[in-house]
Amino acid sequence: MSEISGEMPLRESDYIAGIKHIAPLLVAMVPISLVFGGLAAQKGLSPLEVGLMSAVVFAGGSQFVAIDFWASPVPWAAIIFSALLVNVRHILMSASLGLKTRHMGWGKQMIAYMFLADEIWALSEHRGRKQHLSFAFYMGLVTPFYLNWVLMTAFGALLGKMFVDLDPAQYGLDFAFPAIFIGLIVGFWKGKSTAMVLAASGAAAILTKTYVDGAWYIAAGAVAGMLVGAFTADPEEYKGALDRG
Amino acid sequence: MAEVFSVDPMVLATILGMGIVTYFTRVAGLVIVRFFTIEGRARAALEAVPAAVLMAVIAPTILATGPAESLAALITLLVAFRLPLWAVVVVGVISVVALRSVFGLF
Repeated sequence: MSEISGEMPLRESDYIAGIKHIAPLLVAMVPISLVFGGLAAQKGLSPLEVGLMSAVVFAGGSQFVAIDFWASPVPWAAIIFSALLVNVRHILMSASLGLKTRHMGWGKQMIAYMFLADEIWALSEHRGRKQHLSFAFYMGLVTPFYLNWVLMTAFGALLGKMFVDLDPAQYGLDFAFPAIFIGLIVGFWKGKSTAMVLAASGAAAILTKTYVDGAWYIAAGAVAGMLVGAFTADPEEYKGALDRG
Repeated sequence: MAEVFSVDPMVLATILGMGIVTYFTRVAGLVIVRFFTIEGRARAALEAVPAAVLMAVIAPTILATGPAESLAALITLLVAFRLPLWAVVVVGVISVVALRSVFGLF
């Protein structure tokens, strides 16, 4: 293999390396993808609609929330607004990773960040800490992960159609959402400060949900958690944090 | 097989709307770090967002539904520190089924 310096359009070795790095996560994603497809089918979405949602949105957390809210007629405003709220975390993730991908240029970054997901982001940050994070490596992470999510969620919906009378609550499948979110929260765990953020968010969400209709409880919890996060932080710790990159 | 490939226009519009706002969140950070410096309390507030949002979404289910859901959430939280995500989901689902049948006896 010849070693050519500079940014090649597609460096095969990096692309393969990306695929190898994401491989273990693919296995773990299959049951979650099938559960999502099954739950979406329960709410009346066709397998093609499920596949389209996964292909266009490609953000598991917000898709689970959307299906949780799904009804007939579709409460589209609440669903789109909650997708924005659930995915606000991407702003911080792309801000942080952006320092390691500037060399790609705007064009490639605009393509790459279409596929930014928690797992892709985490593995990219890890790669970028030690070596050059190439576009090829990033797309190597994305390709199988994206195809896996789109195809397996659609397949789950197809299987779900075979069990139309299945009550998700009877098999505890309704608890799959909270369980996934608890797992993700632990991924963001940083000790006591996180606990205080969670307490504020949970309390504000429940109070708001009790007195206000709609998805506003998510915004209320998010704002309460952010305020607690801001005021319990040691400003020195965050000074110039982004420049360390 | 018709319903396998059916696409409702309203569903499609909702999906596109979700896709547009999600793409906005994915590139917004790139633009922000290119043109602004975020530090201090603003940075801390942004760092609190993921946990705060996820908690807000699940709070009604895990804190205000019943003892079975709250206990299952606690068990899920404890295993989440050690197990991969897919196993966390399995433990959560099994615990809530078991606890619901236990609390259903009273």
